[in-house]
Amino acid sequence: MTDDLKEYVIGLADDALTLGHRLSEWSSNAPFLEEDLALSNVALDFIGRARMFYQLAAELADDGSTEDDYAFLRDCREYRNLLIYELPRGDFAMTCARQFLIDQFNVLFLERLCESAEARLAAIAAKSLKESRYHLRRSREWMLRLGDGTDESHARLQQSLEQIWGYTPEMFAMGALEQRLLQAGVAVDRAALRAPWSSAVESVLSEATLSVPACDWEVSGGREGLHTEHLGFMLAEMQFLQRAYPGQQW
Amino acid sequence: MSDQLMPLFEVFVRSRRGLDHKHVGSLHAENHEQALEYARDTYTRRSEGVSLWVVKSSDIVSSQEEDSASFYDPMDDKPYRHATHYELPAEVNNM
Amino acid sequence: MSDTLIGNEHVQARFQERIDAEQRIEPKDWMPEAYRRNLIRQISQHAHSEVIGMQPEGNWLTRAPTLRRKAVLLAKVQDEGGHGLYLYSAAETLGITREELVEALHGGRAKYASIFNYPSLTWADIGAIGWLVDGAAIVNQISLQRTSYGPYSRAMIRICKEESFHQRQGYEIILTLAKGSDEQKQMAQDALNRWWWPSLMMFGPHDAESAHSAQSMKWKIKRQSNDDLRQKFVDQTVPQAEFAGLRIPDADLRWNEERGHYDFGEIDWDEFQRVIAGNGICNRERLAHHKKAHDEGEWVREAMRAHEAKKRARKARDAA
Repeated sequence: MTDDLKEYVIGLADDALTLGHRLSEWSSNAPFLEEDLALSNVALDFIGRARMFYQLAAELADDGSTEDDYAFLRDCREYRNLLIYELPRGDFAMTCARQFLIDQFNVLFLERLCESAEARLAAIAAKSLKESRYHLRRSREWMLRLGDGTDESHARLQQSLEQIWGYTPEMFAMGALEQRLLQAGVAVDRAALRAPWSSAVESVLSEATLSVPACDWEVSGGREGLHTEHLGFMLAEMQFLQRAYPGQQW
Repeated sequence: MSDQLMPLFEVFVRSRRGLDHKHVGSLHAENHEQALEYARDTYTRRSEGVSLWVVKSSDIVSSQEEDSASFYDPMDDKPYRHATHYELPAEVNNM
Repeated sequence: MSDTLIGNEHVQARFQERIDAEQRIEPKDWMPEAYRRNLIRQISQHAHSEVIGMQPEGNWLTRAPTLRRKAVLLAKVQDEGGHGLYLYSAAETLGITREELVEALHGGRAKYASIFNYPSLTWADIGAIGWLVDGAAIVNQISLQRTSYGPYSRAMIRICKEESFHQRQGYEIILTLAKGSDEQKQMAQDALNRWWWPSLMMFGPHDAESAHSAQSMKWKIKRQSNDDLRQKFVDQTVPQAEFAGLRIPDADLRWNEERGHYDFGEIDWDEFQRVIAGNGICNRERLAHHKKAHDEGEWVREAMRAHEAKKRARKARDAA
């Protein structure tokens, strides 16, 4: 069970780290200064969340590995994040679209994870839930501002939704490992979140005068280490120092 | 094309152990809700506050320096309003 | 308010009295137009410096070598942005808008600290920037806490509280490298070699050669001379370099027992002028980066305005 749990936790850590990294790319690039600070706060929340999950994984592995070993010394094929997290930040509309869809999911997911039989997971979930509620408040408002703003902002946001929609089913997929952990009361039933998520998202899109994409495509593979070509470049940049100067303290 | 920036809001923070909201600075936002969120992101990163107020700068009315003669000076010559004006015997000087 | 010559002289004298008595000048107070302009220039350039300063450090956010360094650097860069915000706030109390300030920056009419025209080439640069650039900024900012203009003074007090973390994280990086592998130690020494003199230049020209210095000192906008602040910085930093086992790139650096300070070499003022004049490696990039973010954000700001207008219109309709 410990192996399953460790894999599960690493997946959640990778989700948080890749998204935190993408959000950090907005520093000094945001549409105005106040939003720059706000985005950095969200990025810091995700990086902090990743660290908590990696540290738990290291504890479970009990082999002397550290959070940084997981983050900086695993290649693409070992990363377990869902694809939606690793996609490039794109323009502000793409970032907002991705963030909202994920935040809506995270709030539902973390509410359930707070009840995990694994106390350490539940503790991380409780802390993260507070953050995600704030993230959702922000990202929901951006959907409204941009969806029901100008013709340009509406078009950009609609287009972003169309480009990203096929990555969302992966959030609700339950592999064999997660099924086992679900039986043990440790993991969350993602499939059961689909209906409330769709309902909440559709409500916001409607209020934002946006249409739910008529999606006939679906992409997945993250939990098996089958990633988009974006992750390789992200890791190359992120891991450069540790790879160029192996085994050093920083 | 003029890029009009969002209205200016003044931010006030009351800390956990404080009694009053203190003015800490300003920021730009479209409305009060957004101003409150940006205030949270800008001015409470070190848990400085438990309560935030945001006020549109244009809603603040302040006294002018030229008025201070009639506004404030009459307050200066009424020292009997201050506790230090009263001398008490040492035995009861703990008021 | 009287317009006569006598009335004006009286008001100027009263203003200088307040300054001399260490009173704070607040936004609604009368102030000489030159005082207002001097402050707008100084505060806004300080604000621009904080915001432009996000770039050389932000440059290493995606390459920070550990998760802790990643988080710390992101928090630090965010702080710089926050400092810019506090200072723009202070400037806006003087009758100028953020928009005008940004336009002045983009139009080349307002400057930012020239130190940020240098590139951050290695991870050690991130350490050096925190240790030396923030270190120099702190020396200056501590002095500015007593500046005569209230909002500026309060912004500086707030900034100083946050700044010491910046310098410590930078020095911690340098120490770790200096105690690391030969390559890491070399990286730290190389960064020190490149950032030392520009950090000294941050304090500006010798006071005798500075156009604004005398009036700024009279109005207590500026509290200590450039040279005094620079000396303070050198005195506090030399032992820090020694502790890290690094060599400051100045053959003339030596302790002067008589003065009780370090003697140090003459700054290459030609380089200073060259970089200010636009010949630093990053001058163009810094401004272009800032402009690009601003231009690309135009549609977002417009959308916000449009959305707000729609909300107001709906509210008005519903109330009718």
